[in-house]
Amino acid sequence: MNTTQIKPWMSAFISGALFSVGLAMSGMTQPAKVIGFFGFTHGLESWDPSLAFVMGGGMLIYILGLQLSKGLEQPYCGTDFSQPSQKSIDKKLICGSLVFGMGWGLAGYCPGPVLASVGAMSRDALIVLAGMIIGIIVTKKFSPKKS
Amino acid sequence: METFTPLTSLLGGLLIGAASIFYWVANGRIAGISGIFGRLFERQDPMSPQPPQRTIEGIAFVAGLISFGCLCSLFGPQLFINQLSLSPIRLVFAGLLVGIGTTMGSGCTSGHGICGLSRFSKRSFFAVCSFMLSATLTVWLFGGASL
Repeated sequence: MNTTQIKPWMSAFISGALFSVGLAMSGMTQPAKVIGFFGFTHGLESWDPSLAFVMGGGMLIYILGLQLSKGLEQPYCGTDFSQPSQKSIDKKLICGSLVFGMGWGLAGYCPGPVLASVGAMSRDALIVLAGMIIGIIVTKKFSPKKS
Repeated sequence: METFTPLTSLLGGLLIGAASIFYWVANGRIAGISGIFGRLFERQDPMSPQPPQRTIEGIAFVAGLISFGCLCSLFGPQLFINQLSLSPIRLVFAGLLVGIGTTMGSGCTSGHGICGLSRFSKRSFFAVCSFMLSATLTVWLFGGASL
């Protein structure tokens, strides 16, 4: 048992909230910026490299934090660390990621910004979310259940 | 529109990284939005005696993401404006691809991108290369000046 006062759902809420503020600040919730990043093929003078800074900043903190928390035996508000279990690079990983990239490039929304923008009552994000939920449900239905 | 925003994008990225590592240190989980959100659409195993702790934390995370998206939009509505005028059909199709792709590929920009790359996961490296490549190709073919 953990001795902290903070319940896991509370820390999860805080993570989500902080994540949302980060997304809004970074420009990820503006599809034009996302398309502007991938759009270097349309001319380098109109290229918007901002997204590389988002990725760089995010990774910097995560790598540092991971190093600092190495000795931790259990999470502060939970019981154990859920390490990613899958290791193999298979067709499903590659094909799935290729399909995701197509969707991301088509509208400029990836899952985090979709949810944050739905909170901001964006009509476009709501439409993307509808498609996303259908995609999730259909794919889960037709793929074998993982442990 | 301001195009290149290195400072706010970096700050936003640092916040996203902080939120992600906080979820690891506090809850012991990977802050992958598609995984967290997608799991909410899995049917609960009726034979399992365990309470769906993971689901509770997932709901809290998503609630934080959505509610703070709402809050942020009160202070900076311009952060959530979609300057691209995309048809609803394109939006729903994009969402569908994002839903299918992230479920098949077990991750999106946050899980494979921020968390996976920072963990030097080979799987995530290949996933990120795949979705960056297909997003670039998609924007090259269907984006840019024609939007």
